[in-house]
Amino acid sequence: MKRTKAYGLMAEFDSVQTLLDAANRTREAGYKKIDAYSPFPVEGLAEAVGFHHDEVPLVVLIGGLIGGLTGYLMQYWISAVSYPVNVGGKPYHSWPAFIVVTFEMTILFAGISAVLGMLALNGLPMPYHPVFNVPRFAFATKDRFFLIVFSSDPKYNPTEVRRFLEGLRPRSISEVPD
Amino acid sequence: MDEPLQNKRAPVIEPGYTFGSVTDKISAIVLTRPTSNTWFIGFGVMFLLTMMLLFAVSYLFVKGIGIWGVNVPVGWGFAIVNFVWWIGIGHAGTLISAILLLLRQSWRNSINRFAEAMTLFAVASAGIFPAIHVGRPWVAYWLFPYPNTMNVWPQFRSPLVWDVFAVSTYATISALFWFIGLVPDLATLRDRSEERWKKIIYGMLAMGWRGSARHWHRYETAYLLLAGLATPLVLSVHTVVSFDFAVGIVPGWHTTIFPPYFVAGAIYSGFAMVLMLAIPIRKVYNLEDFITERHLQNSAKVMLATGLIVAYGYVVEGFMGWYGGNRYDAFLLWNRLHGPYSFFYYMLLVCNIVIPQVLWIPKLRTNPVWLFFISGVVLVGMWLERFIIVVVSLHRDFLTSSWGMYYPTRWDWMTYIGTIGLFLSAMFLFVRILPMISIFEMRTLLPEAEVKE
Repeated sequence: MKRTKAYGLMAEFDSVQTLLDAANRTREAGYKKIDAYSPFPVEGLAEAVGFHHDEVPLVVLIGGLIGGLTGYLMQYWISAVSYPVNVGGKPYHSWPAFIVVTFEMTILFAGISAVLGMLALNGLPMPYHPVFNVPRFAFATKDRFFLIVFSSDPKYNPTEVRRFLEGLRPRSISEVPD
Repeated sequence: MDEPLQNKRAPVIEPGYTFGSVTDKISAIVLTRPTSNTWFIGFGVMFLLTMMLLFAVSYLFVKGIGIWGVNVPVGWGFAIVNFVWWIGIGHAGTLISAILLLLRQSWRNSINRFAEAMTLFAVASAGIFPAIHVGRPWVAYWLFPYPNTMNVWPQFRSPLVWDVFAVSTYATISALFWFIGLVPDLATLRDRSEERWKKIIYGMLAMGWRGSARHWHRYETAYLLLAGLATPLVLSVHTVVSFDFAVGIVPGWHTTIFPPYFVAGAIYSGFAMVLMLAIPIRKVYNLEDFITERHLQNSAKVMLATGLIVAYGYVVEGFMGWYGGNRYDAFLLWNRLHGPYSFFYYMLLVCNIVIPQVLWIPKLRTNPVWLFFISGVVLVGMWLERFIIVVVSLHRDFLTSSWGMYYPTRWDWMTYIGTIGLFLSAMFLFVRILPMISIFEMRTLLPEAEVKE
């Protein structure tokens, strides 16, 4: 078999604690391009693989502001500019009546931004990803925990990384083909 | 801290489960469990009821709303009663998934998924009614603001337009919340399926989820923010529904107690529906280890508390009728107690206030059969409440000359029962094709999920 450049080396762990410790030690050993996979969210794991800037809240804030402004300005324009109708002598720009729709539009836009923003930042939907080439990886959605060192890491050297991962006492180590 | 107290209560999840066994137990219901004859019979009956709904609605479109019992003075009959009832039922799903998440109530993890599904199907059932009630359903889209050649726009000072925005936002956010919660579990099903076509379908729905630590971080942030957004939203929805009434000057509608009393009533009926679904589901699918006595007990307590808020609402309505000095309000109170629909008012008091008080007895709060029965009573009671609010308020208002009676026709009943069929057939399908309990959130409840940094 002709060897192409691997996507990375992946280690499999039995428990969430060993994964978290392994991720921390890998980062401390100087590896930058690493990731961890778990069947449920683990507190501190994202930080352990060097993830610090979560932009989802900013996306949601911007979405909510746009939604609220859209809602209010739409009502103002419709009720006071485009189609002014005198209802019981109320002013055309009767702002208290516009609050409810403004609120609902804020929530609607913010909620859609939260979902689409999270998916976009995560790069989903992604039908193909090299990690799925590892047969054992099917257990990442059940009860196994995985750590990967990507071959794009500046310090990446297959033999050294393998020796380092073996020192973390994983269940198994597999090479991820690209 | 509160350890000893914790130990006395039933656990949220029975001990002895691992990540693997939780995953297998929940995903097996969808992937490997054979579909039983009982399921086919149950789904078949509900499907026939759904067909009856389609028949009733088709005939309505042919003939017009004259086939219903609505007429002057009662222009809001079953359609609005059922709309409010269904929307209210949906509220418990959002309460469980969003508010209890923010309050860190971990017991929500095993009931949030199907409660959210319940919300979606209930909102879908509710949404049918305003659309078919407008009289010219083919132009129901006029409710939305869109540029049109007629050069007219909706009237944004009207609560009915607010309601369009509130309910459509609620439906959208509930669907998103539900779907996003499903993504990691769909990935589990993708990886557990044996058949290729299942792998492909679940794989497409899972969108390539692989459980990366970075993904989980953004996922949790987005999920928490959605919960934070859904919490004020769910409170606003039934508030806006109550504005449909409270902004009008009809006696019995024009009161400030309506928003909180509607929201409490919504959660009351919603938890009753959660229990009516959870009790048979946990029995049939042997999920007593995940939906434990603790869940039943907590749901019963929520019912008891919200039921008392509803009772307070009735007391305030009665007090204002008596003390307010407005002769029309006073007459409304008299008419409820002694008018032609008084039987239903007394039934309402019995169903919503008297019978649920047995939930003070701790033994009954953990007895599935009793809880199922009481929940049914509450659902009937909450339906009667909306009937009293809509029909009794309208049928005798200011002018004696315009008094009248409202009698539902068979088409009203067929439409109403048909939506129950629609709701339950959707639930039947849901439990067979999607994990009804959030698998990944159940994993986080296990002792092996604990980490120290």
